[in-house]
Amino acid sequence: MTKKTTDIKQADNPSRRRFFKKLWGWIALAAGVELAGLSIPFISSGRKKQKKKETGTFTGIVPASDLPPGSVFPYQSGRLYVCHLNDGGFLAVSITCTHLGCSVEWNEKKKEFICPCHHSMFSINGEVENPPATRALDIYPLKIEGGMVKVNLSKPIERKHFNKSQETHA
Amino acid sequence: MQKNLTFLLHIHPKKVSKASIRYTYTYGLGGMTALLILLQFFTGILLKFVYIPLPSKAYDSILFLQHQVLFGQYVRNIHHLGGVMLIILAFLHLMRVFFTEAFHPPVRSGNWIIGLCMFLLLMFSNFTGYLMPWDQLSYWAVTVVTNMFSYIPLIGPHLTGFIRGGTDVTGATLMNFFNFHTAIIPLTLIILMTFHFWKVRKAGGVAPPRPRSEKEKRLVSSYPGLVVREAVVALTLLAFLFILAVFKDAPMHERANPAFSPNPVKAPWYFIGIQEMLMHFHPFVGAILIPVTILGFLFYLPWIHYPKNNAGIWFSSPLGRKVAGVSALIALGLTPLLIIADEYWIHFNLWFPSLPSIISEGLFPVVFYGILFYLYLLFLRKRYHPNTNEIVQAIFAFFLMTYTVLSLTGLFFRGPGMMLMWPWQIAP
Repeated sequence: MTKKTTDIKQADNPSRRRFFKKLWGWIALAAGVELAGLSIPFISSGRKKQKKKETGTFTGIVPASDLPPGSVFPYQSGRLYVCHLNDGGFLAVSITCTHLGCSVEWNEKKKEFICPCHHSMFSINGEVENPPATRALDIYPLKIEGGMVKVNLSKPIERKHFNKSQETHA
Repeated sequence: MQKNLTFLLHIHPKKVSKASIRYTYTYGLGGMTALLILLQFFTGILLKFVYIPLPSKAYDSILFLQHQVLFGQYVRNIHHLGGVMLIILAFLHLMRVFFTEAFHPPVRSGNWIIGLCMFLLLMFSNFTGYLMPWDQLSYWAVTVVTNMFSYIPLIGPHLTGFIRGGTDVTGATLMNFFNFHTAIIPLTLIILMTFHFWKVRKAGGVAPPRPRSEKEKRLVSSYPGLVVREAVVALTLLAFLFILAVFKDAPMHERANPAFSPNPVKAPWYFIGIQEMLMHFHPFVGAILIPVTILGFLFYLPWIHYPKNNAGIWFSSPLGRKVAGVSALIALGLTPLLIIADEYWIHFNLWFPSLPSIISEGLFPVVFYGILFYLYLLFLRKRYHPNTNEIVQAIFAFFLMTYTVLSLTGLFFRGPGMMLMWPWQIAP
């Protein structure tokens, strides 16, 4: 019996019913937007504040004269190698393999960086010698001041290949 | 007694056919998976009383758990073994459903999709849990796997950054993973499990196999027929797990060191087949294109046009059984051959040094493999004349065997520098 009466009521007031249906829909949508609007800035702002401030300062790492041509100096805490190329140029090469992010190791015998994960190989200037890596190792800005090799650790620079313009000369 | 059964009879029909409760049909795999999920909740909550999700504290909190907390090591072992077995059992359950064609629309297609989603969630859950110990094993496995996402075109690097909460695997990553592992994934699993059970119940229970005898056509009461069998399976599984956890300790390596990767670094075992593919393909192909294609195939599976609905019959038909077996054998022979050939003789990148690696290491190997795969399909069609149902079963058996061989290669035949070698040449 109750069912019948509601049916009649519905028929009596179709526009009111439609209005409320729409209203609830809009309120639900607003609630969804609010929740998303709350959570996305919540997560991203917390992350931004936790990040270290990026600075443009250069850190002294090793005297240039300590590094004969064709040798590398591992700077573990900065996760990079300072490389003295055979033509006299210097490069700060990242330790992170461009394939999947393992740390490459310098192999003194082969004169190559070798990644332990998938056996990618890179020459002393970071160029890919053996896949699966597809691009050269990242580099960091480097300068030589008063015989000291200094590196800006704040930002690695991505590159596809090695070229001469990336080198710094003493 | 009957009153106490009301709850169980919400999950099961009052009566089921004798054939559908044959143990060697379902092997109780779905039930075991559900039980293990509940057990993981229980042991996981216990572990949360001790574990601290901070890079500076995580490793020590687990050492404390293992050395100071009563039964700490044992509970961690159960949680670890449970996680491993969960992946295996959920996968076998998925295989049982696939190979008995229990995915046809309109009744079972929805549950196939929910099941696939839950399986992906379980992998994700296992993977996020992998980072918790913050040792060398977990740190580098997570570094490698999260890096795979960066090869997705356009959004890849952002996605990796989002998952890690920064450019490297750091405390933000641990916080993210902890939240996913202990809140987001379990909640989603509970919702999906409820849905999954409800849909099985709506479909009238499991897709019944063809009765083998007149006796199997009979309907029997769920209690005790089905419920007692389930209890036996559950108790056997628990006993097995609890005994194994006494002897098998969960791994714990040295503290994570971001400056030094161990050699070799291996992904978690369920991803190791993908890692092996990365040895042979450009990362976009190995880590993204191939897995996404296979997943897409699995999601689309119920809506392929099939001539028959053979739900309940293993491999669709006797011929299906045959072509699936032949396919698995072909994959078993072909995959090791291709791995060895690629390792020693095929060097597209050296033959075409001027081409970009996406062509020489991506396109060429895919085309090469595609031709072999086409020849295999041609052989199946010419020799056996299978229908679509049987072809689908065969192709899946082919890829299943291929992935198994890839995983075994990665697990047991890759030593330092990921060089191919015999298992006994690799130092433990």
